[in-house]
Amino acid sequence: MDLHESASIRDFRAEAREWLRAHVPAEPLPSLETGEGFAAHRKWEAELAAARWSVVSWPEEYGGRGVDIFHWLAFEEEYWAAGAPGRVSQNGINLLAPTLFDHATEEQRARVLPSMATGEVVWAQAWSEPEAGSDLASLKSRAVRTDGGWLLSGQKTWSSRAAFADRAFGIFRTDPEAPKPHQGLTYLMFDLRAPGVTVRPIGRLDGKPAFAELFLDRVFVPDADVIGEPGQGWRIAMSTTGNERGLMLRSPGRFLAAADRLVRLWHEQGDPGDTALRDRVADAVIGARAYELFTAAGAARFAGGATIGAESSLNKVFWSEFDIALHETALDLLGPDGELADGEWAEGHVFSLAGPIYAGTNEIQRDIIAERLLGLPKGRR
Amino acid sequence: MGFLLTDEQRDFGRSLDAMLTAADTPAAIRARAGGDAGPARALWARLAEAGVFALAVPEEYEGMGPLPVETAVAFEELGRHAAPGPFAETVASAALLSALAEAGTDAPAKRLLPALAAGETVATLCAGPGPYAADADLADVVLVVDGDRLLLAPGHGAVRESADPARRLARPEEGGELLAAGPAVVAAAERARRWAALATAAQCLGLGRALLDRTVAYTKQRTQFGVPVGSFQAVRHRLADVLIGLEFARPLLHGAALTMTDADVAAAKVTAGEAAYAAARAALQLHGAIGYTEELDLSLWLRKARPLRDTWGTPAECRAIVLAAAPLRRHDDPHDGPLPKGVWGVTVPARSAP
Repeated sequence: MDLHESASIRDFRAEAREWLRAHVPAEPLPSLETGEGFAAHRKWEAELAAARWSVVSWPEEYGGRGVDIFHWLAFEEEYWAAGAPGRVSQNGINLLAPTLFDHATEEQRARVLPSMATGEVVWAQAWSEPEAGSDLASLKSRAVRTDGGWLLSGQKTWSSRAAFADRAFGIFRTDPEAPKPHQGLTYLMFDLRAPGVTVRPIGRLDGKPAFAELFLDRVFVPDADVIGEPGQGWRIAMSTTGNERGLMLRSPGRFLAAADRLVRLWHEQGDPGDTALRDRVADAVIGARAYELFTAAGAARFAGGATIGAESSLNKVFWSEFDIALHETALDLLGPDGELADGEWAEGHVFSLAGPIYAGTNEIQRDIIAERLLGLPKGRR
Repeated sequence: MGFLLTDEQRDFGRSLDAMLTAADTPAAIRARAGGDAGPARALWARLAEAGVFALAVPEEYEGMGPLPVETAVAFEELGRHAAPGPFAETVASAALLSALAEAGTDAPAKRLLPALAAGETVATLCAGPGPYAADADLADVVLVVDGDRLLLAPGHGAVRESADPARRLARPEEGGELLAAGPAVVAAAERARRWAALATAAQCLGLGRALLDRTVAYTKQRTQFGVPVGSFQAVRHRLADVLIGLEFARPLLHGAALTMTDADVAAAKVTAGEAAYAAARAALQLHGAIGYTEELDLSLWLRKARPLRDTWGTPAECRAIVLAAAPLRRHDDPHDGPLPKGVWGVTVPARSAP
């Protein structure tokens, strides 16, 4: 058991740091949940991709560097420590791409991945429906067979970044007669600008259109955009939810950097003499370290051949609650200024509040932990 | 690079678990609480045979150490079985004596460490911040750090009961033989406190896991309204939270054993202590009134949680240590200094100075 970094990772870290030092915008970009900010972040993705930093863990042929999870973790730490912008492409990179690597054809990978890596095509997730949130398998949107492809009809909602994104991926009911709700579903990709698609942006708590609902009326999807076999959508989708809940979506580097900024804020504001608040600053430092080391153990298991399983539910509950606690502490340190809506902590706080809701609510995660990690009986919800 | 226990370390933990299961620790605790230290001393001898007390003792004094990771593994098992004895204090005494020897004062180490490693000597230690030495009545040697002096206490005062029936507290008698003096004693005492905190954090983790496992088992078989209570969401979610608390304390413990920095040990101590206490609260609540009796062995685990959380570093003390070490630990100022020396931005000191 050790925590020492290999020479390869040290070199990689140094290279990333040097590049980030030279290229991270001096002024924060406008919020990526606005039209202006979205465009600015897309340009940043292109800049990252040009230097091959946008998807370091992907194979080189798709724009990556083919590095392992330990290198990726080091890159993430450098990225967030450098104060670099949020990733507008994260839905595609973290959720669709792993699905493509596991289940897509070579043709699909060659067609979809390079433009995802550069930010030229930004992807939105289209899973939830008005009646199918936590009970995702109850979704009703349909894909009906047609000549050379499928016609999508129905409604999707809570689709993050869909207000400005180009394409979307999701699961659709292709066999309404299937005996169980999670059977007869198909995973496919579609164009948000295709005829029949209506995108209605939805304002987040702070008014920014961070998500949208999608109305689909006989939207054509060619067979080439079906991922895996028709009818296998649930299995394919579930094989990558671990990524969403686990470390791919929220790497430790992000929280280490946030805890550092919090400690800095604590210094800047002057110790308030409030020991309870001081203890919460310490807890943020401890929580970030705990998540870092928890991830280190998970990465070691992963590198040893283990797959991400129900353990990702532990990650999800931990980071989502930790993120809120950290931001609340910052707002309390800021005092009256914490209320100002344009502050970096204020936007971060609003964003953190969604953590226990998305990527599978924390209630569902606790059910998974109880049943699959503790072996408790299935029960009344 | 792998932040996981080795097969050997896991096997060591498993073999201790099996041995402690067979040793009937609840009976040893009840005997100790009733004034009979015999079973606890017998258990001590078996643990010594398994090598537990040699882990903190350097090889030149007939030990196997210093091995903080193995110590963490062993102490997790001691906590899992609620074993009685001044374990953390004995390991801390070993750390203190070997630190002194490294600093040039090796007479106390030569005199005491070999017997300590072999389990022939049970040592306890009073090195602040509290005035009590744990289990002085069970110990052969009571060490006292008083400022920059290390003393061998001539005995101890009145023995007082702890909230934990497996543990007793007494103030060392004043005076006694002066073993060492000077700044090296202060530094050695700091190392001793780190080892004691690490060992206690590990015990908390094992204790919390045992409380969780027992409660999961109970809620699976206890029925109300015609179904197991473990099928109720309020119960399931509370136990899930206990697991989350413990699972995030474990890597902090192992990370602390690797770095042995003040901040990492303190972070592990506060997190494992809080997780174990939360496990105890949940265990009591979910067992209901039967859990509130001393007849059920569960009580022996429940009553350890709070004392272990608070000894060798209260949560407030631990958080203060973490915060004191936190400023500018990392490097998000682009003009700030050289590359980090260790992994993930944390400086890892040489193994030779735990």
